[in-house]
Amino acid sequence: MTTVVKAPGESAAERNGGSGRSGERGNGGSEGLVLHVFSHGFLAVWAVLIVLPLIWLALGSFKTDVQIGGSALSWPSNWHFDAFGRAWTKGIGSYFANTLIVMVFSVPLTMLFGSMAAYVLARYPFPGNRFIYYFFVSGAMFPVFLALVPLFFMVRRLDMLNTYQGLILVYVAYSMPFTVFFMHSFFRTLPTAVHEAAVIDGASDTRIFFQVMLPMARPGLISVGIFNILGQWNQYILPSVLMQPQTGGDPERFMLTQGLIQLQYQMGYETDLPVLFAGVTIAMIPMLVVYLSFQRQIQAGLTSATLK
Amino acid sequence: MSQVAQGKGRAGFVVGFLFAPIALYLTFVIWPYVQTFGYSFTNWSGQSPTFDFVGLDNYLELAKDEVFRGALWHNLLLLVFVPVITILLALFFAFMLNAGGRSGAGGVQGVRGSGFYKIVYFFPQVLSLAILAVLFGAVYRSDEGGLLNGFLIRLGLVDRMQPIEWLNEPDLVLWCLLLVVVWHGVGFYLVLFSAAMQSVPKDIYEAALLDGAGRAQTFFRVTLPLLWDSVQTSAVYLGIAAMDMFVLVSTMTSGQFGGGPDHHSEVMATVLMRNFLYFGKSGYACAMGVVLLVLTMVLSVITLRATRRERIEF
Repeated sequence: MTTVVKAPGESAAERNGGSGRSGERGNGGSEGLVLHVFSHGFLAVWAVLIVLPLIWLALGSFKTDVQIGGSALSWPSNWHFDAFGRAWTKGIGSYFANTLIVMVFSVPLTMLFGSMAAYVLARYPFPGNRFIYYFFVSGAMFPVFLALVPLFFMVRRLDMLNTYQGLILVYVAYSMPFTVFFMHSFFRTLPTAVHEAAVIDGASDTRIFFQVMLPMARPGLISVGIFNILGQWNQYILPSVLMQPQTGGDPERFMLTQGLIQLQYQMGYETDLPVLFAGVTIAMIPMLVVYLSFQRQIQAGLTSATLK
Repeated sequence: MSQVAQGKGRAGFVVGFLFAPIALYLTFVIWPYVQTFGYSFTNWSGQSPTFDFVGLDNYLELAKDEVFRGALWHNLLLLVFVPVITILLALFFAFMLNAGGRSGAGGVQGVRGSGFYKIVYFFPQVLSLAILAVLFGAVYRSDEGGLLNGFLIRLGLVDRMQPIEWLNEPDLVLWCLLLVVVWHGVGFYLVLFSAAMQSVPKDIYEAALLDGAGRAQTFFRVTLPLLWDSVQTSAVYLGIAAMDMFVLVSTMTSGQFGGGPDHHSEVMATVLMRNFLYFGKSGYACAMGVVLLVLTMVLSVITLRATRRERIEF
């Protein structure tokens, strides 16, 4: 089993060679052919199972409510685009903005604090270094539900319930274990010679970190950054505890994930499902764009994070 | 500059860089984790500033709580089925991707377009669970407008007049949720296993091929043992996910924080949240948090122990 993915041309050439010699190979060749058809079949079925519900949902945004309630397999009769506009004004627009506001601060802060801690722990031996490292990394093992009740009261005591800054700090804190773990292993791989050269040139430790090490760690930062973006964008449990309207007012600081669930209740009540489907489609698009632009880094980052 | 002064400057740098991250992490992660244990021995409502120490009362009450016991049972069911189904499917597809191609002169090879498949399969992983909840809420709709019922009616397997109420059938609801988790997770583990398969040196397979091993034999005797570490890690991750399930259950099923119909889809996390945010029983909810932690830990250890095999270096 050569697991190397070959260029299409190359593999086609090799297949021709293989089938030409199938007589020699005896049943190996025919077994291969059957398996080939068989495996393509299964793979295609699963791909359809992934894509079909998503496309079906997106198509629903163009239907009318009656059509959605009718046959699931119907094609939109006229293409109504107005559900998107209604979804946006029904709250998706502001939920989207809320999520962006939080992430504009939380993702850079996560990356900054996570890299700072990881860098010091990876490259400066001092008493208690291992202890602090495990202190950070062990957080990944505990279920978040263990902390929820006291976390809620902690944030309330700091008067930061239902505020952006409260959620930002909590996101940063809960992203630490993964960020420190990943960046720690990354900083360890960077050559010491560059560091020494910078010291000889008279650069301070802080300056070396910001001007030498951090730029060198860019591939790692990108990988961890994408994972943090996905993780914080998709977070549901933390905001649903910390961003509830405390005075019974409007859910004006809901995150997008909360907002979608809110919209689901609302639209079930108002029977305007195209708006819900349009809202979900709007929420899906940025993730689809991020994923397709960075899928190489995501798959590579995932592999190096979990296989080592 | 003397050695001492330099040392001092360095200590200042280390402390300066660690201070903010540690302070944040301690305040919002570690301290709440620790506090949960303390609160779990109290009858704190969360509203009043005062509360009493009640010893193990919360835990004793938990043991008698029918809803919580049912939830625990559901978590255990998921804990067995989610990892097994997801890992089997992921392994199957990963093997297909990497070895499903025709045999050529150079041995077995991957199917064409495996890169494309990997991109598509991984996609559910980047969608939030909230999106999945709305999506599958629509798929499982109890009338003809639901994708699943729509298909089954078209195929003539389900009566148009009596479509299946997937999420309201006591015997079906948990399995419907399980399918969502599997749908969501297979791509991630497929990419993981696929990468592990590709890191296995090619000559091992060539040797097996020369010795006359077929594909099935190659898979069970060569690939699987070499992948065992990743399979084990995946089982632990999936087990942890199966202990959670909060988002899907609370948003897709009926009831305050989900769990319906009649507690048939209840999981520990939803019972915890209901007690905390709806019934105002914070101390009791903390005790559930502790049980959840202990179970997660125990099960991780068991999984790692039970699946331990001799590590194969390559």
